[in-house]
Amino acid sequence: MAAATTGTAVMTFPSDTQILVTRDFDAPRHLVWQVWTTPEHVKRWWGGKRGQVTLAEVDLRVGGRWRYVMTANRGSEVAFHGEFREIVPEERLVHTEVYEGVPDGDADPAVVTNVFTEVDGRTRVTMLTELSSKEVRDAIVETGMEGGMQEALDALEQVAISLL
Amino acid sequence: MARAATTTDAFNAVAEPRRRQIIDLLAGGERPVNDLVAGLGLAQPQVSKHLRVLREVGLVDVRDVGRQRLYRLNGRGLKPIHDWVSAYERLWNERFEQMDAVLADLKDGPNDREE
Repeated sequence: MAAATTGTAVMTFPSDTQILVTRDFDAPRHLVWQVWTTPEHVKRWWGGKRGQVTLAEVDLRVGGRWRYVMTANRGSEVAFHGEFREIVPEERLVHTEVYEGVPDGDADPAVVTNVFTEVDGRTRVTMLTELSSKEVRDAIVETGMEGGMQEALDALEQVAISLL
Repeated sequence: MARAATTTDAFNAVAEPRRRQIIDLLAGGERPVNDLVAGLGLAQPQVSKHLRVLREVGLVDVRDVGRQRLYRLNGRGLKPIHDWVSAYERLWNERFEQMDAVLADLKDGPNDREE
């Protein structure tokens, strides 16, 4: 029986338009890759605790498309889709990501680069999201974010958490 | 300031590096404006302009004590940013925990399936 939890994700902001999430898994890389890219597995994890994944389509080849649909616990449907741009099996997966709630999202999709590395039977996944979604970009990026966000976050973490 | 939009919310207000510096300085406690001017190495009018933006979105509060204007951080104003970050982080942590469960099943392998 494997250990259920291997820690929490670490989120950082390498630049004004990027979000980097890093997470370790107590499993070899080929399994993590399989769970990440196989529809039957995606259905079990992508919804988190927020709902049921009702559709997971994955055409895993460069230029191939993916689409995930979740019915949220409150009843609403949430859908994302994108296209694979780069695939190095078990190592690297680059794809676009569009939230279907955004009008014209395909015009300017987010680009996600996932890198899988294995050390001693454990796997680290780094997921770099380069933002382009309109809401996020308009709120944070396009309006003139010039430096990294990390310093601001460091400061606000101290302050905001203490006040929550 | 370049665009009117920079004053609309906390996200926009912290988009300006100088304003983030002011937040960092104020994270250490209440300070008179002269301290901020010295700490930033900017002219007072520029500092005042940034402080005004921060005040308008509720990130800093000001009070007059004698002849000094004292500025302090209002952590509540940072909450929308904190919430946005937390929501994203929480979602991914939920997903990763589910992945742990799927991976555990796969590691136990088909040999154990009949149990």
